Amino acid sequence: MTTLQPTPGQTVGPFFHYGLEIERGNELVPPHTPDAVLLTGRVLDGNGDPLQDALVEIWQTDAAGKVPRGRAMLRRPSYIGTHPVRREGTEFTGFGRSATTAEGEYSFWTVNPGAAADGSAPFFAVAVFARGLMNKLHTRIYLPEASDAIASDALLSSLTDEERASLVASRDERGNLHHDIRLQGEKETIFLAFN
Amino acid sequence: MSLSSQQEITDEIRARHAEYAAAIAAGAPEQTQPDIGFAPYRSSILRHPTKNPKLVDPETIELFSPTYGQRDIADVESDLTIQHAGEPLGERMVVTGRVLDGDGRPVRNQLIEVWQANAAGRYIHQRDQHPAPLDPNFTGAGRCITNDAGEYRFTTIKPGAYPWKNHHNAWRPAHIHFSIFGSAFTQRIVTQMYFPGDPLFPLDPIYNSILDQKARDRLIATYDHDLTSPEWSLGYRWDIVLTGTQRTWSEPEGAE
Repeated sequence: MTTLQPTPGQTVGPFFHYGLEIERGNELVPPHTPDAVLLTGRVLDGNGDPLQDALVEIWQTDAAGKVPRGRAMLRRPSYIGTHPVRREGTEFTGFGRSATTAEGEYSFWTVNPGAAADGSAPFFAVAVFARGLMNKLHTRIYLPEASDAIASDALLSSLTDEERASLVASRDERGNLHHDIRLQGEKETIFLAFN
Repeated sequence: MSLSSQQEITDEIRARHAEYAAAIAAGAPEQTQPDIGFAPYRSSILRHPTKNPKLVDPETIELFSPTYGQRDIADVESDLTIQHAGEPLGERMVVTGRVLDGDGRPVRNQLIEVWQANAAGRYIHQRDQHPAPLDPNFTGAGRCITNDAGEYRFTTIKPGAYPWKNHHNAWRPAHIHFSIFGSAFTQRIVTQMYFPGDPLFPLDPIYNSILDQKARDRLIATYDHDLTSPEWSLGYRWDIVLTGTQRTWSEPEGAE
């Protein structure tokens, strides 16, 4: 079989919002529904300053650990102009997209992902894009309860405590999740390359 | 802080390219992706990871991608010239090509999103303060879904070069931003397509963050006269190759 050389990535640049914006794109489930969990965090640079022009995408299993195969169901109003694409319906598609705010914060309304296989720790698969970032970055956000699965999880068991901390979200008393992504610096997030 | 001159930026680019060429000559592997910490692009300095990425086997969720269908887009979204009441200004063109994985298999039923400046080099964005005219008949955002052969096709206007504040007298070569989903989330990519023969290529830190000339060439579309329509539009062809996927390949389910 031929092996083709991959097309190189390039930065998303500062002006991606009108090209990639999806209204309700960060609502994998309707906000404040009974099982909804709010996942928030900041994207930070090497000085610890928040990025105002980053884009975070998550892709996850449903609460039962199944890979969603529902259509993304995106629509753009027929009076197309500058109106953004809108997420339609409430089917759980597993995909969310959030541009960071002026405070550098991303946010998603979603559900806790389930484990796709016995013993593995559930996580959100994450892609990060930003001005100044030459290429996408992959990482994962694990649930804090993942500590039970550290020994059996291939990635978590291969990390030091400090490295692991950069991949595990914290949970508040309301069940919401918080997780900062650090592109550089003291507590730099562990990013992934795939075999 | 005073801005660097173009000469300083160009010298830094040349030095890094020479270093890469020397490493290749000494047997180092080819680098097909951009140099993530490429200082001539000043914004990258504090925004690139300093550690090597952790090499992992993708898990189940990472071997799949979100699922899209023709119902997700309207036909007019792939024609950026008909989104408003009037005709946009500039050089009308068609950009088409195939999305393939590393084994040459078409990536079907996947979403391609594009965005670009107008013919005058201006983005519809509040923070773009370039004193070039906005075009009331051109937004510059489009979407399409790849067909069974992995093909996409956009009708648009050739974007103009535009200034940016990376260094003194910095201008970006004309480009279209592409956002592409593969059949696995590991293949997700955002990139930029450029036009052949652009005199700004040697001066641009973003384009030159790809150290290898052959890899840089993969971002440049080919002019295709057979795709050019008489009295109507010029034609460009650009194929996109995503990284391989480890998932056992099967026909995508539920194609619409």
